[in-house]
Amino acid sequence: MTGYIIRRLLQFVPVLIAATLIVYAMVFLMPGDPIRALSGDRPMSDAVQAQLRDQYNLDDPFLVQYGKYMWGVITQGDFGTTFQGRPVLDIIQQGLPVTLTLAAVAFGFQAIIGAIAGILAAVYKDSFIDRFVQVSLVIAVALPTLAIAFLLQLTFGLNLGWFPIAGIRDGFVSYILPGIVLAAVSTGIVARMLRSELIEALQSDYVRTATAKGMKRSRVVTRHGLRNSLIPVVTFLGADLATMMGGAIVVESVFNMPGLGGQVFRSIQAQENTIVVGIVTLFVLFYVVVNLLVDLLYAALDPRIRYD
Amino acid sequence: MTTAPQPTTPAQGDGDFTSTGPLLEVKDLHVEFHTKQGVAQAINGLNFTLEAGETLAILGESGSGKSVTAQTIMGILDMPPGHIAGGEIRYRGQDLLAMKPEQRRRLRGVNISMIFQDALSSLNPVLPVGWQIAEMFRVHQKMRRRPARQRAIELMKRVGIPAAEQRVGDYAHQFSGGMRQRIMIAMAIALDPDVLIADEPTTALDVTVQAQVMRLLKELQTENNMGLILITHDLGVVADVADKIAVMYAGRVMEAADVYEIYARPGHPYTKGLLESLPRIDAAGERLNAIPGLPPSLTDMPSGCPFSPRCPYATDLCRNEMPELLPIVGEHTSACHYREEMHRGHLQTPEEAQA
Amino acid sequence: MTELARSRSAAPAGGPAPSPTTQGRPQEDASLWMDTWRSLRKNPWFLVSAVLLLVLITVALFPQLFATHDPRECFLGRSRQEPSAEHWFGTDIQGCDYYTRVIYGAANSMAVGVIVTGSILVLGSLLGLMAAYFGGWVDAVLMRLTDLIFAIPYMLGALVFLAVQENRNVWDVAFILIVFTWPTMARLMRGSVLAVINNDYVTAARALGAGPLTIMRRHIIPNSLGPVVGYAAVYTGVIIGAEATLTFLGVGLQLPAISWGLQLNDAQSYLQQMPHLLTFPLIFVALTVFAFTTMGEALRDALDPKSKKR
Repeated sequence: MTGYIIRRLLQFVPVLIAATLIVYAMVFLMPGDPIRALSGDRPMSDAVQAQLRDQYNLDDPFLVQYGKYMWGVITQGDFGTTFQGRPVLDIIQQGLPVTLTLAAVAFGFQAIIGAIAGILAAVYKDSFIDRFVQVSLVIAVALPTLAIAFLLQLTFGLNLGWFPIAGIRDGFVSYILPGIVLAAVSTGIVARMLRSELIEALQSDYVRTATAKGMKRSRVVTRHGLRNSLIPVVTFLGADLATMMGGAIVVESVFNMPGLGGQVFRSIQAQENTIVVGIVTLFVLFYVVVNLLVDLLYAALDPRIRYD
Repeated sequence: MTTAPQPTTPAQGDGDFTSTGPLLEVKDLHVEFHTKQGVAQAINGLNFTLEAGETLAILGESGSGKSVTAQTIMGILDMPPGHIAGGEIRYRGQDLLAMKPEQRRRLRGVNISMIFQDALSSLNPVLPVGWQIAEMFRVHQKMRRRPARQRAIELMKRVGIPAAEQRVGDYAHQFSGGMRQRIMIAMAIALDPDVLIADEPTTALDVTVQAQVMRLLKELQTENNMGLILITHDLGVVADVADKIAVMYAGRVMEAADVYEIYARPGHPYTKGLLESLPRIDAAGERLNAIPGLPPSLTDMPSGCPFSPRCPYATDLCRNEMPELLPIVGEHTSACHYREEMHRGHLQTPEEAQA
Repeated sequence: MTELARSRSAAPAGGPAPSPTTQGRPQEDASLWMDTWRSLRKNPWFLVSAVLLLVLITVALFPQLFATHDPRECFLGRSRQEPSAEHWFGTDIQGCDYYTRVIYGAANSMAVGVIVTGSILVLGSLLGLMAAYFGGWVDAVLMRLTDLIFAIPYMLGALVFLAVQENRNVWDVAFILIVFTWPTMARLMRGSVLAVINNDYVTAARALGAGPLTIMRRHIIPNSLGPVVGYAAVYTGVIIGAEATLTFLGVGLQLPAISWGLQLNDAQSYLQQMPHLLTFPLIFVALTVFAFTTMGEALRDALDPKSKKR
């Protein structure tokens, strides 16, 4: 197992390097001079400009710039500083709790609601509950995130006034609508996946054996049926958590939340390159680590999988 | 085999069951499946009895209703599409079909147990086999984890699994086919059931392993005085183990008798056909006679005897009237209009009769 | 004509449209596609989405059939009107007829969706097929490449790349989306081919001396394309949603293009005062994405009944 982890980590090293390199390249090879953008209308002396260029390694060849930057990230957790002189790590630390809370709310929603809907639909297959769940799922999966976001904002935010529609001033309540939006599509996928997996499991020979052993229906479903059906669902949930950062960009922008997603979007527009690279590097790291954990979890859940 | 009242057997332990009647008695059972193609009559008036310590082999081709019979007795038939259209299944005099679901559940695995054909798919792939055996004690006897596990190890030893202590935490896919079937058996006999139903227990196994597993089953049966229902399509398996044989065809018992009796003097053309399709050591070099044709479609039963389309002896009587399962001599019963002639070996095909 | 009658007459016509692969397919698997068609016809979701798609595609191709006004005919004097008999969806900030603007917005969304999906369907299937068929280093390189692109959230990648460009049209947006979405299709095709390639009939064909091209054309492609085609339709919906989102965020299409994303962007500032500016384009985005996604799901169910919905 340890060997497998090490091998997987090594496999991800080139991915990590290449992904950050691409982002670094596209951000830093942007047309336009960031120093000039920074100085704006105010004239800036050549000396100051030169000093700034030196500070941000702007005159180095691109690969050297990248190397210096990554070295800082890895050895000192130094994500660089903004052109205003603020450490990027500061900005990350400020936005991270917001994004993590959002991701946690979304993750909780899709895991719990998705699982309940999927189990109910499978156990009461072809009943009214099943039909209802299925229709809701088709709609949830088919609507774009943006549409769901505005739909919820308009109905629960503006018309009913139950939830705030922007910012995080109201604490946890502020995270509910954005969390649901971020989770909507995946909730549908989780429920549908679990439904079909569980229906298949409930028709399997080993569930028949459990019934023949005189187990109660509830035990048959939870201990024998669900145990197997959960394997692909858990894997999906993990993989989805890894991609949730992408969704956070949209959701945090629509709901105007001060998280990393919204921050990266604002920084892209303001050409704050160091912030963009810092946050993207973090996202890529997150993706890699979560995926590795998912693989390990998969191995733990399914004894038939062998990693050696 | 017969519907006549049987001498009573003393009940073992379970106080709620009056000791009237045989251990297990199936009376005029009808099971249907509602499919898109129509109603499939899987079982049409099935009758048999089973006593403690007795082995009844239910023999038949696929689609003859043997597995449905087993599942109906266990109460694990998928309903829908299955539907019990009539009849009784009496366990120690009590009709299982009239019981409340919860009462029935308490019998499953405790009083009546079952072994399935494909142990690999019938064992849960993601739970250790020891856990699956121990679950019987934990759920039905409210035993704690450790003693239940200890009992599981003992059972694994009893069914002949080497190094049971080490293997109790292994998973189904880590065992060989024969070992997996032994684990299924351990699970089924864990709570000393009175009735054990084995649905093609050795079909998926190699021939040498088949014999070992059958021997184990037989040993356990004698040890615990179980009634064993052995469901198979393989006449070869049956001969050594069974006391009685019921031959099923199209959801009916065609012939039932003592095992020696049926091999020596079959009372039904179908049984005769089955016996003739077996290779025999004393008839080397002869061509085997397979029964021509296929079993009838369950949604579209022929009128009269269901075997008549394939029967070389069939007459107009057979094609129009369904023969009943009636005794020939003693407990030997047959559902053939010409059972007497068949039994005496005098029956001629219509062509032979004309010639 | 009632809705019901329309749905009846429209449904058969809408059927073959999303699966152009039907044409020129060898005779022997005609029955597979007949089966598909038969099971599709019974699926209510397919019928609903087929009708919707037909209408929306017509809107995108011939907007003048649905709106008589010129979308660029705007008078500041009639700015910000509520929906009325004259202006069904009201008017926007510049005083344009909002109904006309929304109708004309369909073309760009559809164009991005179709260009991207068409390209990744061809590119992704080809690469996936190669990866699965040749295995070895081809497979390894392609799969690491997909790993790499997967590691960057596509929304983020598109944001960064698009923000760099000063002027962006439909092709720019489509190109960036292609770059970041082809791996999904390639992985899907690879998995699908791997499921087929070890089947006995492929081995048998190989044993009979069939060349790689024949095996691919006759055995592998027809049997592995099913899930991919269904997924392509689903993905069209996803892409249309992504385009609207990117444009909404200000890095997609730009004025003077007419696009739902731009309308949403404008409307967000007036969310409290004039929610209808948001509602109408939103309904159209939602309906379009819904139609494609649902059509794709129906196709997947029909083409690959064994598959589990993911």
